[in-house]
Amino acid sequence: MAKQLYWEDVEVDSEITPLPKVATTQMLVKWAGASGDFNPLHYDDPFATASGVPRPVVHGALKRQWLIQLMTDWIGDEGALKKFSCQYRGFDFPRLMKTMAEPHEGETWQCLGKVTKKYVEGDDHCVDCDIRIENAKGEVTTPGKATVVLPSRG
Amino acid sequence: MMLPEEVTKLIGKAGEVHVFQVEKEPIRRFADAVDDANPLYRDEDYARSSKYGSIIAPPGFISSPWFSRPKSGTPSPSAREELRNALQKAGYTNPAAVDAGIEYEFFCPVRAGDTIAFTSTIKEIIEREGKTGKMAFVITETNYTNQNGDLVATARGTVIQR
Repeated sequence: MAKQLYWEDVEVDSEITPLPKVATTQMLVKWAGASGDFNPLHYDDPFATASGVPRPVVHGALKRQWLIQLMTDWIGDEGALKKFSCQYRGFDFPRLMKTMAEPHEGETWQCLGKVTKKYVEGDDHCVDCDIRIENAKGEVTTPGKATVVLPSRG
Repeated sequence: MMLPEEVTKLIGKAGEVHVFQVEKEPIRRFADAVDDANPLYRDEDYARSSKYGSIIAPPGFISSPWFSRPKSGTPSPSAREELRNALQKAGYTNPAAVDAGIEYEFFCPVRAGDTIAFTSTIKEIIEREGKTGKMAFVITETNYTNQNGDLVATARGTVIQR
């Protein structure tokens, strides 16, 4: 893991280390199996069309986990995620597979965020953040917020 | 717009209690599916020497739909199915329910070996007129506790039915 982040290392407007992600049809299959979400909206073309979307969409909960990983990667082993929220505002569409392992060229998503508030609450050194997933066009499909507790150098 | 009684009667009703074991292999598969290589989720030696002392589950793991699936062969309809049927009768006929967002509060880590119990309650159903017709926002709260009786996390999820 990267070196530990301390509360003293961040300021309001500090950027969270970006986390790029690529959603593929293969990843959606893995996610469905691992999470147990078998909604056909995520793998069945005619069902997706009948539901009003052009083709199967990325699971909201997978995007949630991307943003959770954005936070846990950033805060390191000594940090703790206390509060987390996100909204699935826009649909995202996975890349199709070119080979057994490689997707076609296409969209890369960016998980991003910045610090909005830094404070001490009881013994906890807290940081509030605005977070988001942007698609390749720079549109925010998944905005969110997080509160983390970081270790302090005291 | 008025929701029929067979929908509104489900608001505030606590669902059944689900209990599951937190196991290492499902944690690893979950982290793999996210493409999250964090060793706390997969490397026993690494996790043992961390402040957690053992493999932990990523925040969010506990809301995997696996854990609310009925375990027996012929279950009675779940609270979710009951709601879906009632909404369908009320004119919400789109085949897919769509996840709209979630809010979590995390109180303590979830470790491999923990036993988690949770129950969900429908808190609110809000009807709105959208661009593509009417929508029902179904807001559900879930509380998760571990084998020590500690509250591990709460989740407030929103699902849209059209």
